[in-house]
Amino acid sequence: MSQGIEVVGLYVRDQDEAVAFYVEKLGFRIHTDARNGDYRWLTVQHPDQPSFQLGLFLPQSPMVDAATAQTLREAVAKGAMPPLVLVVDDCRAAYERMRARGVEFTQEPVERYGSVDAGFRDPSGNGWKMIEARRG
Amino acid sequence: MGQDPKLLRRLLRAKDRMDAASQEEWPVRRLARVSGVSEAHFARSFKEAFGVPPHRYLLTRRLERAKALLRDTDLPITEIAFQTGWNSLGTFGRVFRDVTGESPSDLRTREKAAPHELKRVPGCFTSAAHRPDLKIAVLEKRRQETDGISGPEETEVP
Repeated sequence: MSQGIEVVGLYVRDQDEAVAFYVEKLGFRIHTDARNGDYRWLTVQHPDQPSFQLGLFLPQSPMVDAATAQTLREAVAKGAMPPLVLVVDDCRAAYERMRARGVEFTQEPVERYGSVDAGFRDPSGNGWKMIEARRG
Repeated sequence: MGQDPKLLRRLLRAKDRMDAASQEEWPVRRLARVSGVSEAHFARSFKEAFGVPPHRYLLTRRLERAKALLRDTDLPITEIAFQTGWNSLGTFGRVFRDVTGESPSDLRTREKAAPHELKRVPGCFTSAAHRPDLKIAVLEKRRQETDGISGPEETEVP
């Protein structure tokens, strides 16, 4: 595939904390980690999804001014950012594995609509729904 | 001046806990402990962060769950009232009507009659979209409807 979405970014409160979470607890890999002064372009990738990168960005200058950065940090911490969905083969197994690694779950696996879903948050407050892929 | 993001993240944890178990009792002391702040600080900070006091947030969550159960199951209304955290069927029915404008059984009849196309949206997001938008206290809403006027924004003691 040569056309399509390549990077979608999240705002996080601390990039070291975020990369530790997405790599060590969720099993993602670092794709790019490039620094330019105070700015750090940091993206991670799901091991099964080589054409897509998830950016872990700080709300910071020069992209936004200081007051806007504060507003964005507050919005993230309040869980006000848009929903994120992670698809897994086995929601209950993933839940047990991730919980053992210290992931903060907001909802235990529940069976509904012919699938199983659970909810968790990253350390910054971004909320993920984890949904079991429908079979067949 | 805004709120400290670290505090907001801890307040979010209390909100998440209410979301996960809205049928349970959530006195401010319990919520404050989840967030690691004093009770007085918690109530004030929660309202500033999320726009409603914690007890009213809990109420909207309970009503949202009750509406979903009325719509999606055939459970008796008494059972739904108890499952969603009410101790009395009378209180459930009254608050439900005050907030949604119809009785639980009327809502069930209406919802069951209407076709739904919600299955492609993850359940948690549809449930958030159906959450009652409770900007004022239930008592105030009831009073306004009785008087037929709009009252001033209530002042609420946390």
